[in-house]
Amino acid sequence: MIRSGFYLKGLLSVRSVDSPAIALGCSFLAIGALLKNIGFNFQQSVSSTFFTYALPGQLVMAESFLVGASLVNIFIAVWLVNARLFPMAVSMFPLLKSKKQPKWKYYISCHFLAVSSWLIMKKDYRTINENYRIDFWMGIGTATWSIAIFSTILGYLVSDYLSKDMMIGLAIVNPIYFFCMLLGSMKNIAIGTSVILGTILGPVFYLISPEWCILYGGVTAGIIAFFSGEFND
Amino acid sequence: MTDFSSNIVLVIAVTSIATYLSRMLGVLFSEKINENSKIFRLFDCIAYSTLAALISKVVVFPAGDLGEISNLTRLIVVFVCVVVFFIAKRNLVYPTVLSAILLTVLIKYI
Repeated sequence: MIRSGFYLKGLLSVRSVDSPAIALGCSFLAIGALLKNIGFNFQQSVSSTFFTYALPGQLVMAESFLVGASLVNIFIAVWLVNARLFPMAVSMFPLLKSKKQPKWKYYISCHFLAVSSWLIMKKDYRTINENYRIDFWMGIGTATWSIAIFSTILGYLVSDYLSKDMMIGLAIVNPIYFFCMLLGSMKNIAIGTSVILGTILGPVFYLISPEWCILYGGVTAGIIAFFSGEFND
Repeated sequence: MTDFSSNIVLVIAVTSIATYLSRMLGVLFSEKINENSKIFRLFDCIAYSTLAALISKVVVFPAGDLGEISNLTRLIVVFVCVVVFFIAKRNLVYPTVLSAILLTVLIKYI
């Protein structure tokens, strides 16, 4: 089953002062308030974070729901905006592979995949015995997921007390935190080029295709960065 | 359950399935991938660049409340916070806390 020592270590990894708990908490606090404002009840708001746990996807869902989009349109819009989770999974799960571990752990714990947990895992995986990285990952995932759920609940409950300015202030915390975290992870030419080009091409492709800009910008930047890394090796 | 409530439940279900699909397919695909392979390095680059594209899109073309703030204000906040991040020896707490305070102050005075 799950090695409690490694699981606990993962669980406690969000305790540090510069952990993503603050940014994650602020964002999901705002989501909780937003969902209440558009007519979700308490159970529905919590379920949204419990089952989806992907901020951009939940925002798209809320916007699409407000304009009365069809279920198919919502599915496509959410899938597109959350498609980043595919390369994130492909670039992380090979690091967690172990023949000693059952497959169900990988397919259940992939629900915890988010920017925050992914960046923590990419930073810390080398310090963990490779046979138990999946248990460590499940600990990180449980912690970040719980913070998101708790913050959604809090956001729902305090939504009446949050002014417009406070909501805007909360909304900027998440991109700033994760952008700084990405800048801090630029350890080689390939990753550095990925981050810089992705930052430029995302908005550039938005002018061509708002729906596909993240995928187009991300894939184009990633391929160029990969070859620049290979060329320099 | 009212029509409105059942609609929300369906919307949450559809959103959850669409999101889990990307995660699950990623795990399935990664079963065949070795961490030292070139394909792994390619996906690593794509993952970082996609995240960077998402974050910069959120800042430059935001949806929701952030969209009501001028581009100049948002870019000033990002620039100042990135500078603080490097001055503070890559400490994440200062720029994160500063971002909310700075934006609130700039909204009032710009």
